[in-house]
Amino acid sequence: MITSNEAIVAETYPLEAQQTGLQPISERLHEWVTTVDHKRLGILYICLGLLFLVLGGIEALIIRIQLAVPHSTFVSPQVFNRMFTMHGTTMIFFVAMPILLGFGTYLIPLMIGARDMAFPRLNAFSFWITAFAGFLLYFSFVGGGGLYGAGSAPDVGWFAYAPLTSRAFSQGHSTDFWTLSLLLSGIGSIGTGINFVATIVCMRCPGMTLGKMPLFAWLNLVLGGMVILAISPLTAAQIMLCIDRYLGGHFFDTQAGGSAVLWMHFFWIFGHPEVYILIIPCFAFASEIIPVFSRKPIFGYPVMVAATVCIGFVSFSVWAHHMFTVGMVSYANSFFTLATMLVGVPTGIKIFNWIGTMWGGKLIFKAPMLFCIGFLFQFLVAGLTGIMLAASPFDWQLGNSYFVVAHFHYVIVGGILFTIFAAFYYYFPKMTGRRYSEKLAQWHFWLFLLGFHLTFDFMHIPGLLGMPRRIYTYEPGRGWEHWNLIVSLGALFQVAGVLVFVFNLSWSYFTGAHAGRDPWDAWTLEWSTDSPPPSYNFAEIPTVRSRRPLWDQKHPEDPDWHYE
Amino acid sequence: MSNTTTETVDLVLSWRLPSRGRVGMICFIAAEAAVFTIFVVAYLFYAGKSISGPTPREVLHLPIFMSACLIVSSFTIHAAVKALAGARTVWFNVWWFATLILGLAFLAGTVHEWTILIRHEGLTISTNLFGTTYFSLVGLHAFHVTVGLLVIAVTACASLASAVSQTHAERLDILALYWHFVDGVWLVVFTVVYVLGV
Repeated sequence: MITSNEAIVAETYPLEAQQTGLQPISERLHEWVTTVDHKRLGILYICLGLLFLVLGGIEALIIRIQLAVPHSTFVSPQVFNRMFTMHGTTMIFFVAMPILLGFGTYLIPLMIGARDMAFPRLNAFSFWITAFAGFLLYFSFVGGGGLYGAGSAPDVGWFAYAPLTSRAFSQGHSTDFWTLSLLLSGIGSIGTGINFVATIVCMRCPGMTLGKMPLFAWLNLVLGGMVILAISPLTAAQIMLCIDRYLGGHFFDTQAGGSAVLWMHFFWIFGHPEVYILIIPCFAFASEIIPVFSRKPIFGYPVMVAATVCIGFVSFSVWAHHMFTVGMVSYANSFFTLATMLVGVPTGIKIFNWIGTMWGGKLIFKAPMLFCIGFLFQFLVAGLTGIMLAASPFDWQLGNSYFVVAHFHYVIVGGILFTIFAAFYYYFPKMTGRRYSEKLAQWHFWLFLLGFHLTFDFMHIPGLLGMPRRIYTYEPGRGWEHWNLIVSLGALFQVAGVLVFVFNLSWSYFTGAHAGRDPWDAWTLEWSTDSPPPSYNFAEIPTVRSRRPLWDQKHPEDPDWHYE
Repeated sequence: MSNTTTETVDLVLSWRLPSRGRVGMICFIAAEAAVFTIFVVAYLFYAGKSISGPTPREVLHLPIFMSACLIVSSFTIHAAVKALAGARTVWFNVWWFATLILGLAFLAGTVHEWTILIRHEGLTISTNLFGTTYFSLVGLHAFHVTVGLLVIAVTACASLASAVSQTHAERLDILALYWHFVDGVWLVVFTVVYVLGV
């Protein structure tokens, strides 16, 4: 069996490897466009996310320049509305999702010892439809006016509450671009979710039982299930919105008895699990990086799995905590307060487990580990403000204020973006075969950390002082102006950090030292193959007997399976 | 050492995982079920809240015949796949075409019902909340039936060209999963729209 496999590999693949260096650029481009290889699609996903990160970042900067001083006239109120709508939509759907799904697409088959995803062509379809959806959203800047000549980019906010989205209040095609774009990217994400689950359930290498999978695979399995169940309601709601806008339906039309609150429910049934869809892959990165840089196996593996599954379940019953200020009945308020606080329990368990992993380990403070430690601390703080907002009476005071904005940016930037940076540095040697510059990476970390805390720590205070979100300017003398200036200054440090990051990765891609197969002395299967991995991943499909197959290979005298 | 090698070979030979097609289809069905759930919730939430007529009680009739067709088609597709797995190609063709015809009969029933509603009762998707929720829920289901029928028709054509054999039984069984799902959704739609909603 095995020897014949090797023969096939030797016959087919070196030829292909020889060719790649010699091809003209048009052919190489053609290869990237038509590829169904999970590694190339993963990289395409990540590059798409980085492209939109720049666009969404520019929009954030415009928002912060406008709000830095009172009575600013940097942009008009209309443009300001477009900026925060596009910033939110872009960052969630076209930055965080593609980057996280991209890492999953790249890493899952490598980690479970497979040669590709379960459905490679579905994989390519999912990527291209997501890319198309992103460009469709940005085409609204050109085509949003439509025949009416009204509107440009969408300006309804990223959760697009009814009746703002109805024909009467949103003329032209800006909202159509928004809804169609999210419909399409949702289809792409669901396709990838299905692919993740099918790959992890059906493609594991011999010996890798569910209990021996790397935590990364476990968490992405839960993620896949959540994408399937949480994005579909958004897709359904977008179809309803299309019916309202194109066919004269009345789903969210209060004039005909429809309900604006129903849209809020449908959106947040998607919207809150979405937060966990974004954070669970980040938990997955942390669960791979922290053990390797602590030189210890993960602490409490089964509990980590159980906590993740718990988060997956509970996250579907917390959505209406986004709607406390709408005025729900009191038992609904109580239920959603309770459920929201409950979700903090498994999350807390995970934080304790990561700390337990680091406890007594030989910590190595390289860039991936630094970003993970930043994540641990900041995610804890974000969780604490989350608990505050989960209490519905507290939320009535601060709902829709900058305190809320500060809270969720603490989750998304302090939690999600920090681990994404950690993953970039950790997997860069595997994806490119080169080492990045550790010195520049440390500069990136400290600059970004400073910028992050300047911006988002101080953003809580104007919120507590009553500054509402989504206002395009404010009066001087309310005690908001100094805080807003500090917040805007912090953004500059973040930009500087990101520039160092981009420069580091681009420079190292061409000039970095060769990384070899396993630069971190890690323990999971992706490090057992070449960097970058060949298109067939593994010349011989590996067999696995413990959670750390590469450890077993390196230490045959003391393999893990003696202890598991 | 040789002991370990034997163990590895045993492991490789005894390693069995579920079929990816089946798992993929089950995941797809889960996603579709979530979409339908939202539409059903919207239907129930708006039941009786239209501020103008016509109401469901005035215009809807129990679609017994077409429902029966769809339910029976679930059994015929099952019989077809069983026949194919046992290499009884003639019986496969009989059951498969029966499924196709029963599915088409169901769609014809929907066309008939909608013609009456639109032409004679004056109920369209923009008339009132009932029209919006009714046409979108039943329409979404009819769309899924249509997609299923297209795939069934393609398979039927392949079968006429003698291109379907026992080796395809697993794949057609996965297609049958989808068809059973469409059938199951109809039971929910039937209950919600024609029984509870009236």
